[in-house]
Amino acid sequence: MSRQSPTPKWQELSLGCATTEPGSSRYQQTGDWRSERPTWKWENCIKCAVCTVFCPEGCIHMNADNYPQVDLTYCKGCAICVAECWTGCITMEEEKE
Amino acid sequence: MSVRRGVEVSIAVAEAAGFCDVDVVAAYPITPQTHIVEHLAELVADGHLDAEFVPVESEHAAMSACCGSAAAGARTFTATSSQGLALMHEVLFIAAALRLPMVMVVANRALSGPINIWNDHSDIMTERDVGWIALFAENGQEATDLVPICHRISEDPRVQLPVMLNFDGFIVSHMIEPIEQLSKEEIKTFLPDFAPVQRLDIDNPFTMGPVGMPNVYTEAKMAGEHAIRASYEPIVEIFKDFGDKFGRYYNPVESYRTDGADIIFVMMGAITETAMTWVDAQRDAGTKVGIVRFRLWRPLPADDFKKAVAGAKVLAILDRHFSPGGPGGPVAQEVKYTLYGTDNAPKIVEVVVGLGGRDVFPEDFDDIYKRAEAVLNGAPVPPFELTQVRGGHYGKI
Repeated sequence: MSRQSPTPKWQELSLGCATTEPGSSRYQQTGDWRSERPTWKWENCIKCAVCTVFCPEGCIHMNADNYPQVDLTYCKGCAICVAECWTGCITMEEEKE
Repeated sequence: MSVRRGVEVSIAVAEAAGFCDVDVVAAYPITPQTHIVEHLAELVADGHLDAEFVPVESEHAAMSACCGSAAAGARTFTATSSQGLALMHEVLFIAAALRLPMVMVVANRALSGPINIWNDHSDIMTERDVGWIALFAENGQEATDLVPICHRISEDPRVQLPVMLNFDGFIVSHMIEPIEQLSKEEIKTFLPDFAPVQRLDIDNPFTMGPVGMPNVYTEAKMAGEHAIRASYEPIVEIFKDFGDKFGRYYNPVESYRTDGADIIFVMMGAITETAMTWVDAQRDAGTKVGIVRFRLWRPLPADDFKKAVAGAKVLAILDRHFSPGGPGGPVAQEVKYTLYGTDNAPKIVEVVVGLGGRDVFPEDFDDIYKRAEAVLNGAPVPPFELTQVRGGHYGKI
């Protein structure tokens, strides 16, 4: 049995809760323990993409306008992007919910 | 053919593991289990056993190596005691959660401090919640027989859980007993080759032991709870198959002379043998007293136990460990849990005996019997008590 849902019943788990198929990050949504989220001040962003390179989760990508965009499903709020940003245009904002 | 001979129990247990054709032994020597792994190392070194002996640097590493070898599909055996078992603690949960079949012998010994190498049950009782199947043997014959039984239980496709086999350090492990040792060929008729349900395989890669976040941890725990409870049926079936093949039948709960007994003693491990000698003398004198012993401890055979003590008016429960500042000894706690709310539940007298190698003599049973008899005659149930302590459990400083 494999687990393709973020909310499986215990009977649906594989033996020993093993991950038996690739692509498990689709349901292992590791962003939910974040307490702060990165926020961009767009007018200062030079689209250098250094944040996308240093993000340890690989969850920042460049969008259609070539600006960085974070996937909050996986962002853990580590703030490495803030530390690496050359122009200082990223700040951490407290999660409200 | 099996041969009956006088042999040290540790050696017989090691030979039984060898006859089970184990593939990997990862262990670290610790008193009083040392002779078991020493002898297994000897069997491997002398070419009698085709197995990998991993001389690890600690018990934490031993249990980790066992997890690895079981995950790779190897029949895995280890043994430890006391501080060694405590050092394995965090890895024990993982072995059970990952559903890794393996067998660990625990020659029970007290935990420090003060440092003490002698026997009680404090090592295993502080590992009650690790999710392993746990059995307690009373003597060398039983300990030796339970080795192939434990491997078969562990590897049963319906079970797939690690199993720990406990017996009392020194009192059993170092005793030279007449033991009828099953041959390798006999064990082969009982214990099929290990066919793991799930194993690491480079052609079919998967992840064992991934993170289980809050959205799945409860379900994973429930799956483990179901697995160990559901192991009861296969365990009973395997006990019976062993009996049918070799003539020695084992049960989850053992009763001794409980017919019409008003007072039943409840305990685990080797002191039952002393208790049986004492009960024989009591029965000869006309006293209605018997013994019930847990052989299977996890899963807790609650229904068997209830049947075994049905009719008794007082249970005298002997523990070899207790929870400081807490509710007494573990066997008594669990018996109370089992009987709470049942009709005509017996009264319970709890005592803690035999800590850190203090001998338990038949006379000690006289003393405990007197307490139970007083309750039988209407005296209030006393709180749990360390009966062998100088100064008295409730004595003032």
